[in-house]
This record gives sequence, C-alpha cells and structure tokens, in this order.
Amino acid sequence: MKTSNTLWKERLSGKLPSDLGREVDIFETQIALRKQGRVEERLFAEARLRRGVYGQRYDNGQRHDGVKVQQLSYPGQGPTKGPHTLWDAPGMQRIKIPFGGLNASQLEVLAELAEEYSDGVAHITTRQDVQLHFVHVEDTPTVMRRLAAVGITTREACGNTVRNVTACPYAGVCPDEAFDVTPYARALSRFLLGHPDCQDFGRKFKPAFSGCRQHACGLVSMHDLGVVAETRVVDGAEKRGLRLLVGGGLGSVPYQAKLFDEFLAPEELLPIAQAIARVFARLGEKKNRNRARLKFLVHDLGIEKFRELVLEERSILPHDSRWADYLAEAMRETELPLAAPDAMPEVDSEPFRRWLGTNTRGQKQAGYVVATVTLPLGDVTPTQLRALADVARRLTRETIRTTVEQNFVIRWVSKRDLPALFEVLDSVGLGQPGAGNIVDVVACPGTDTCKLGISSSRGLAAELRTRLAVTSLQLDGAIQNLHIKISGCFNSCGQHHVADLGFYGVSRKVSGYAVPHFQVVLGGEWTNNGGSYGLPMIAVPSRNIPELVQRVCEHYVTTRMSGESFKQFIKRIGKAAVRELVDDLARVPTGQENRFYFSDWGDPREYSIDDIGVGECAGEVISSFEFDLAAAEREVFEAQLLLERGEVKPAGETAYASMLHAAKALVKTEHWDIRDHADDIVSEFRKRFFDTERFFDPFAGGKFAQYLFGAHAKAGLPYSAETAHHLVEEAQLFIEASHTCYNRMGPQVRPVVNVQPA
Amino acid sequence: MELQHINVKLYLERPEAVKLEAVVPVFHEWIQQQVCEELLIDVADYRHLHGGPGVVLVGHQADYSIDNTDNRLGVRYNRKADYGESNRDRFSQALHAALRACQRLESEAQLGGMIRFNRRDLRLFVNDRMLASIGSSRNGEVQRELGGFFASVLGGEANFEMRVESDPRRLFGVEVRALAPIDVNGLISTLA
Ligand code: SF4
Repeated sequence: MKTSNTLWKERLSGKLPSDLGREVDIFETQIALRKQGRVEERLFAEARLRRGVYGQRYDNGQRHDGVKVQQLSYPGQGPTKGPHTLWDAPGMQRIKIPFGGLNASQLEVLAELAEEYSDGVAHITTRQDVQLHFVHVEDTPTVMRRLAAVGITTREACGNTVRNVTACPYAGVCPDEAFDVTPYARALSRFLLGHPDCQDFGRKFKPAFSGCRQHACGLVSMHDLGVVAETRVVDGAEKRGLRLLVGGGLGSVPYQAKLFDEFLAPEELLPIAQAIARVFARLGEKKNRNRARLKFLVHDLGIEKFRELVLEERSILPHDSRWADYLAEAMRETELPLAAPDAMPEVDSEPFRRWLGTNTRGQKQAGYVVATVTLPLGDVTPTQLRALADVARRLTRETIRTTVEQNFVIRWVSKRDLPALFEVLDSVGLGQPGAGNIVDVVACPGTDTCKLGISSSRGLAAELRTRLAVTSLQLDGAIQNLHIKISGCFNSCGQHHVADLGFYGVSRKVSGYAVPHFQVVLGGEWTNNGGSYGLPMIAVPSRNIPELVQRVCEHYVTTRMSGESFKQFIKRIGKAAVRELVDDLARVPTGQENRFYFSDWGDPREYSIDDIGVGECAGEVISSFEFDLAAAEREVFEAQLLLERGEVKPAGETAYASMLHAAKALVKTEHWDIRDHADDIVSEFRKRFFDTERFFDPFAGGKFAQYLFGAHAKAGLPYSAETAHHLVEEAQLFIEASHTCYNRMGPQVRPVVNVQPA
Repeated sequence: MELQHINVKLYLERPEAVKLEAVVPVFHEWIQQQVCEELLIDVADYRHLHGGPGVVLVGHQADYSIDNTDNRLGVRYNRKADYGESNRDRFSQALHAALRACQRLESEAQLGGMIRFNRRDLRLFVNDRMLASIGSSRNGEVQRELGGFFASVLGGEANFEMRVESDPRRLFGVEVRALAPIDVNGLISTLA
C-alpha cells in the first residue's frame, strides 16, 4: 500500500470533476467503514465491485503451490473485502473506457498507474476496458482520483450494473458504416452511469454499438443491448435510425440477441434504454444468478411480451431533457485530423510492408488510415503507452481507441505518416503484423489472475501465438484470417463462442490426477456482429490444443470446397468427422511422458483447482434497500466526522440527509418511483410506515419516526453544536430502526408483477 | 523528504544468454518454500512483452523480477510496503534485498549460472511519483543523499559514477556504475 495516498488526495483536492471526486470520497469512506467493521462484507464487496475493484485469484489466502494448497499468511488480520476475500490480498482494478476512446494524457496516466500500483502492465480487455492487476484495495481511491483527473471513472466497471458501453473502434471513419455511433454510445454511457433505474439489477447489463450489421467490430448480437446504425430514405431525405437488439449474451449458455426495433428514432434511444433497465430491474431474476441476465428474461417472456412491457414503461417515464440534449451535437460531431492527407512515400522495408498489409485499413475520409497496434495477449507496458501517447500527439489529434480484440487503433493517420508511425511502434516492440488474424489470439485472464479460471487461457494463447507467428507467412490465406479466442472457463470472457476456433477451460481427472483441458468450440461467426455461435466438439488436454489447431486447419485447407468459409466447412463435415479427426488428441498418454499433461501452459506447477475461489463476475445480489441503507450509514458517519471537525452546519445537514435516505429506501420498497424530494419522502413515509405503525418499535413505539419528522420540520434552520450532535445520534437510531423495520417486512418487499412466460 | 517504495535493479551480464522461461519454475519454488522475508504470492509471466517486466514474482511487501524494462535485463526488487526510519534505511534494505535475490538466482542449479549480476551497473529508483518526481525542487537534496549512500557502501565517491534520470515522465532514480567490480558478498555484509 502506498504511503503517498493522503498526499494525492490533498494534491487533487478541488481539481477533479466534482461528481467523480465525490464518488471517490464516498468509496474511501466505505473502505474506512469496512475497516471499522461497520459495513457488512457482502455489501462492501458489491460496493467495491461497483467501483471496478475486483477480486483476484488466491485472494482467499489459498494457493496450490504444485504440491499442496498453501495458506498465504497476509500480515493484516483485519477485515475481509468480501466473502472469503482477504483485505491485503491484491486485487484487480477495472477501468471503464466508454467506446474504447482514449487520449494521450489518459494513456500517460494509465502508464503511471500500471508502474506504481500494479505489476508494470496494463491489460486491454475484450470489452474495451483496461485492467490493472495486483492492486491493493487501499490504493484504489488514489488510482481513481488520478484517473478522474484525466476524466476517467471506474464507476460501475463491475458488479450488477451497466458495464462499459462498447462500440466499433472504427466508428466515424469506417467506409461501411451508416453513420458514426460514437456520440450515441457516449450519450448512453453518460446517461446510464449511476442512473437510479440501473441500481437494482440481478446481474450485469452490457450495451454495445455498431456502425453496420455485417462486420464484427461491435459484436452487438452478443450483448444485452445492441445498437446498430441504419439509414433510410424518407421523402427523399436520408434519415438516421437505430436497429435495436436485446437479450444477447455469451456465458455458459450463449443467446443471440433478439430484434426489438428495426429502426428506432435516435431520440428514443435513451428513454427506451431506461425503460428496458426498469423492466429488467423489476422482473429480472434476483435470486438465481445463473438465470439473472436479461437474456433469460427476454427468452422467458418472449420478445413480443418483453417489447410490450418496455413500451408500456416508456409511456409512463417522466420526461428527461437529457434524452435529446445531445442529438444536435451528434449530427455535427466529427473528429478531425491533424495532418493533411497525402500519399504514402515509397519505403523499402519488408517488415513495414507486412505490417501495412495486416494492420492498416483505409478510412472513408480519403488519404487517411486507421492503424492497429497489436498487443500480445492484450498487454501493454508503461513505456509502450508513453510511446503511443507521443505518436498520437505528433501524428493525430490523439485519436486512439481500444478494441474488443485487445488491441489499440490509431485513427486519422495521414498515409504520408505511416512509415514514421511504424518506426515508432517498431522501436517499442509494437510493430507486429497480423492484426485480427490467426496470430492475434484473444484470451481472458484465466488461471493467471481470475478467481474462476480453470485452465490457462493466457498460457495457451502465448503458446499458440509463438507457434503461429513462426509459420504465419507460410500459412494458407484461408487460415490467416481465422480467429482464435480462448476463455479460462465456461463464462466466456474470451468470447470463444464467436471464434472460428474457440476454447474454454475445463478440468478432467486422469489416473486420479486433475488434467487441464479445453473444450473445443468450432465454427463460430465473428462477422455479422458475432452472428452465430460455434459448436462444442470435444474436450482435449490443454497440452494437445496446439496440435489440434494445426490438424483442424490443415484439414480445412485440404478438404474445403471452393469459397467455403470455416464456419460452413465445420457445419458441412459435422461434429462426428471433427471428433474422428482429433479423437486421439483427447486422450492423455499413459506412462512417464504424461507428466507433461499434468501441468498447464506457462505454469510448471502440477495442475490443481483445489484453490479455486468464488467468482465475483456478477457480484453479490444486494437489494437496492441494502444499498440505500448503506449509503445512509455512510452519510451519518460523514456527519460524525464533520462534527468532530467542528463543521456544525454541514454535520446537521448530512445527518438529516441520511435520515431522508433511509426513509426513502423503505418507501422505495413499495413505491419505486418516489421523487427525490424531502416533502414527498416524508409524507410517503408517514403514510406507509408511520400511520400503519409498521415502523413502530415494540417498546419505543413511533419515537424513531418522530426523529425524522422533527428534523424535517426544522430543515433549513441553523444548527448549534448541540442540536447537530443530537441530530447525528437520532439519525443513527433512525437508520437502525429502518433496518429493523425492513427485516420485519420479510423477503417479499418488492412489488411482484405476475407475468406469464410467452 | 521521506522516500518510500524504493526499487533496485541489478543489470545482468550476458543478458542474451538468459532464458526467461527457466526462471518461471524457480520463482514458483520460491513461493513453495517462501524463501524471502516477504510473503510471496504468485508469478506473473510477461515474457511476451518487448521491454516489459519480464517474469515477476509478486509478493505482498515487495515484488522480485527479472525485469527487461528499457530492454536491459536485470534482477529487480520493487518495495511496495513502507519501510524503515530513514531514506538511508530504505536504500540499504532495497539494495540488500536485490543483491540477496540475485545471489540466490546465481546459485540456482536449474539456471546453470545464466543469471549473473555484471557487478558494475545498477539502478535505484523511487516507484512513487508523489514522493519523488523528476524536475522537483527537492531533487538536489535527494541526489546528495543517494550520492552519500553509494559513497558509503561502495567505498568512496571515487569508486562510482552516478547519473540522474532526466526524462520527466519516468520514475525518479539514478543509474550507478561502479568503476571496479562490486564484491557482492562484501556489499551484502556491509548492508546487513
Ligand atoms: S472466462 Fe472464466 S476464467 Fe476467463 S475471465 Fe471469465 S470467469 Fe475468468
């Protein structure tokens, strides 16, 4: 943990956007409360997940060292960060990058953070986020402040929330797009961030945008909410619309998204998304997290019924000016180049030519290209990040984005500048060719750092990369463009379902030993926005996967029909033929040589999953009441601190606010749309909980409710040190009474809407 | 100025002969046996990165690595937990830990002597931009402290050259070149 955390807080005080700064302050208070044991571990876990502070492998204090499960004795015996999650164990910080857009200063800050708080590497994820590993939880507020200073938030990067809004990295410059989806993605991301209607989901909710239907860049078909740009000519004029898809998702059971609207008016995007969120929050599964994604709700209800409910919800939404505020800007918005368009000079260099062939593509704006910076396994060093920042400043207006293939793209590079760009990239080891082809293997963190990893997805990816890079030039053209994607387990973070050759980690027992395997999933469709999913074929020991890749590819090259895609080929030959082809590889050889099979790629330890942890992908399902009450408790704690510092007025106001927060939490269990207005809250609370005596304590009767009424009646009057002090104490008691009341109400405190599945 | 999170990197002789994959099982064994003072947690393998952190043995109080930042291979000690009463304590501790780790690697049978500190070149830097940054007005004082420290452990000012990092975006630190080969055992005893 860094000793400089308080110094950073002081240095950045007043310099952060106020909303982001406040967010971090709140999280810091939550950390303090957890350390004092004043917040329950489950609640703290979800609170930190909602700030992108994630668990990491071995944070339960157990690690299989190749011989036995070793207890890792962290020095602090303090609180936990969540169930089975030790406080001092390092964790992962996920950083949301909406539509992957980054500028040079942001790259530089990411470089600094990777260096100072992590293990010297920043990792790009398959959803355009950035992740830092091995970060101490008590350093995370500083990490967040330093990010906030360059306009980045980690809020809702994990947990049961709206996750990063992804979009094609070519949006705005792609020759095939209908129009630039960037402003719509940005607007949705801002609108849903922290939105009250998005705080009570049973699972995460992932939106994605694409500029066209046919390419894969946005992968909208596998998202909870997919948005595709479309245009139509109406009365002779071109009109923009959005093709809206809902209920897609990978995970162990992949679902293709269903069409919600063929051509939604752009001004309806935000309200419809809000209505979808409300329906999901209200009807989505909460208890069984395995069925809590939107895809199950859409499936169970049927798309027709789901649409009907959403439109009904839409019709009663109170108007919000933000729905349309951004639209005029969206029509005007265009990124600009720095350099004039110009022809590319002659360069006599084979590496440059190879890179040019695979890593650049023309923009719709003549004379400019998008250059892809391939990152092995999505990893990038601080030195490389700084070099990228420099070159983005020098050659473009800092137009960089991350991609779902775990790379960067630099947009608006004048063709004239390509040799200079390549020279810089090459000097820091980023001039590798093969972007988006078979060498550019995608992998989730797997057993390296993920608590749920079963097999080493990164180890296998590194092995395949190394082997394929050697032979890539000799590979048949049909193979060059295949996609390999690897997940460490069935949760599909490596997006294996949409790869030509996909793999996900499984474990098998052989001769009494656990052996890492991968389930082979073939023939997924990457194009058409991840248009169809591959078929699981056979589980093969991890060590045999490289041989399997080679064999399947060779078979494809030699037996495919003219023009036949890999997906068509797999469909034609069928599962039985594939199994026959690779059946021998599914067996672990007997005898001495099989020791090789008992460990995984890149990890010499004898394989074991005895130390596997409990996943945090979705976080705990915490009711919105629990969250709201935790916020009220945090406020009363802040009020105490203010009082200690002699800040009487803010102390009184904060204590009063905490009571309102708690009262609202109770009211919300019955009246979800209660306005955030003190008079409304108090009157609804009185009607529902005081007049009915449901809030009454068996001994004290309505005393605690009177504290709220008294505080409300005196709101706005000056506080003395004494009255503020009393108020803080009363607020504490009121919050306790709210807890008790909620517990008395039993489990069914939310309105139940009875909807029959279609 | 109190400095913390001191890093020391000892540059290697014949770096081209080092096969980083051989280091991975060694670090795993170190975890198995918990051979260092710090709690050792995991191994992060970044061999696929150009000029990257190489192979990192992640610990709680500190990380050890065979680090290839700047494409210069070295044994690196990265102190993460705070330590000591004075800057001198902290310089000493980090240098001592790096030398001990290097010594251990040099004698690892599995590595066959491929890892060997070149006995001349090292880098000491502060992995915290708030506590020390290039261009800060306090740097003169820190440089003097570092100069004094190395003079005392390397037998006098005439025995080494020290160059201060100048790129403002990099971590503050110094490159030290001993003018005669360093006696590692002797230096470890001096620092102990
Ligand atoms: S697919 Fe599994 S192993 Fe990979 S990141 Fe997701 S949960 Fe972890």
